[in-house]
Amino acid sequence: MTIAAPAAAHSPAEVAASRGSVALFWERLRKKKLAMMSLVVIVLIYGGGILAPVIAPYSYTQQNIDQALQGPSRAHPLGTDRLGRDMLSRALYSARTTLVVSVAVLVSGSLIIGNGLGLIAGYRGGWVDNTIMRVGEVFSSLPGLPMLILVNAALSPRVDEFAKWAGRLPGGGGVVHDFASYISIFAALSLFFWVGTARYVRSLVLQLRERDFILAAQALGASTPRILVRHLLPNIAFIVVLQLSATLGSVAGTEVALTWFGVGVQPPTPSFGAMIYDGSGTRTFQAYPHLLLVPGIFVSLLLFAFALLGDAINDVIRER
Amino acid sequence: MTGYVIRRLAILPLTLFVVSFFTFAIARYGPGDPVTIAAGQVRDPEVLERIRHERGLDGTIFEQYQRWAVRALEGDFGESFIQRGYSVRELVVPKMIVSAQLNVLSIVFVFVIGVPLGMLAAWFQGKWIDPLIISSLLFLSAIPVLVILPPIQWLLAVRFHIIPVGGWGGLIDIYWIAGVIAVPIPNPHLYLPLIVLTVPGFSGVARLVRITALQVAREDYVRTARAKGLTETTVALRHVLPNAMLPLVTAIGLSLAGIVEGSYFTETLLGIPGIGAFTFESVRSRDYDVILATTLIVAVFFIVMNLLTDLAYARIDPRVRLGASNLS
Repeated sequence: MTIAAPAAAHSPAEVAASRGSVALFWERLRKKKLAMMSLVVIVLIYGGGILAPVIAPYSYTQQNIDQALQGPSRAHPLGTDRLGRDMLSRALYSARTTLVVSVAVLVSGSLIIGNGLGLIAGYRGGWVDNTIMRVGEVFSSLPGLPMLILVNAALSPRVDEFAKWAGRLPGGGGVVHDFASYISIFAALSLFFWVGTARYVRSLVLQLRERDFILAAQALGASTPRILVRHLLPNIAFIVVLQLSATLGSVAGTEVALTWFGVGVQPPTPSFGAMIYDGSGTRTFQAYPHLLLVPGIFVSLLLFAFALLGDAINDVIRER
Repeated sequence: MTGYVIRRLAILPLTLFVVSFFTFAIARYGPGDPVTIAAGQVRDPEVLERIRHERGLDGTIFEQYQRWAVRALEGDFGESFIQRGYSVRELVVPKMIVSAQLNVLSIVFVFVIGVPLGMLAAWFQGKWIDPLIISSLLFLSAIPVLVILPPIQWLLAVRFHIIPVGGWGGLIDIYWIAGVIAVPIPNPHLYLPLIVLTVPGFSGVARLVRITALQVAREDYVRTARAKGLTETTVALRHVLPNAMLPLVTAIGLSLAGIVEGSYFTETLLGIPGIGAFTFESVRSRDYDVILATTLIVAVFFIVMNLLTDLAYARIDPRVRLGASNLS
């Protein structure tokens, strides 16, 4: 897992122009064939995840020991696992898990915490800026994976208890239970994924805060929150979202890695990490290669597509 | 330069404090009371209280942390809760040595392979070789270690019997010719972990070298070198390469991060008795003091490495430290 470094600094004019340049950006990106192909792959896999309850042929928990460990067949296009569960259905639901976790991490960790702290640090400067950036420095100097393992190992049983308790609640318990099974992993990931965004947003704000329209707003007596939200945020929102989409892959990869380690998403919620772990013994691979290949190919395709798309997006941002 | 070094060194103790307190508190809030585990069948409150006191687990979290930190500074990380009678230190040190050997060897190979590959790609820019190298490297580095390892393991070890399936036998193996002459060879156990650990790293290094080499190639001094009538090879090796190596200093930290993270999966899957596999076992058996110790050791190692690479970079490139006061 690598927390994405902020891209090269941009000139203020370019940042300001980025607001109205969604179409221009799209034009440029569309010319990159590899990026478009990657986008299609991502949309297909994540679309399968979103539509999993509709298109999956079986439930992800439906066991059938009589048909355990079968290779691909007409009834089970990607075969079945040790408990006779349909691999295709499990892969689709795993894509859903990855999607939920990565979007949740981006929204909570990057968009809310990272963006908010970056805005405040860049606009206020002084000791506020110093404190936020020093804390960020502490977080970014930590090794991501080991820390996440520790945080999750300690937190996830607690959250699990909560989830079990929530599952017994009358009425909406099921929803709370589903949410709780993701919460420890996305809370832990958010802790580490805000730093890159905060630095990037801060560098953008530093270039904007001395511009005339901000000075005008200050002169008119606009409050700090108003300047941050109404004047600064709209000017950087698009480019920040772009920058973020380039880092989605590393969030997805970390989720898979943590679940493989047994500290991420907990069963029965399906995840690629757990599926890969189940298929990863040498003897297992020799006898039933589909156990590893099915989730492995999904994950590799997804991460490769994210890497290519991220490269293309960074190229487009950097183009003058 | 001195100011920059002092500024960076000043936050080091703060970072270490925050990290250790953070990890300590998290590990303490993990499920299961270590005292009850240590007491086994005994449920006498007095005995429990005594064990709690012996282990330094009484009082507030701050008092506990203070006691623990003082001992940890002396190298005493307590006793394993699962492997009774062994101190964490006894368990961890031999594993650290194994991991360190493997990681250092990997980082060497990352640069030995990555730099020439990147130069090669830059040399052939505009021809088919360049995109071939770069996109296949990107693809290789996109496949997670935990996906690629079992197939390679099966192919090389089970199918073709070229290398052992897993395990660890040190760095050097002795090959006996006719049972008389001893020839030292690299231990065959090394090949598999080295392949898996270095591929993502050298892909990254190669891509970085290619980009910087192409930038450097447009500089005036390179044009001057060409104008002097030097051959393309001399220009590439004597003028472009040394300057393209500069940003690589920052890549050391990043590659090392990748290698350490990859070790968790590689060591676990291959049964190598290192820190990664040990952390995996401890996480599975919820041995919190061991997880705490291994995480901290890796964290401290990371922080120090980051600091060293930043300082090295600031030493090489004055822009870093001069710009640091208004950009950091």
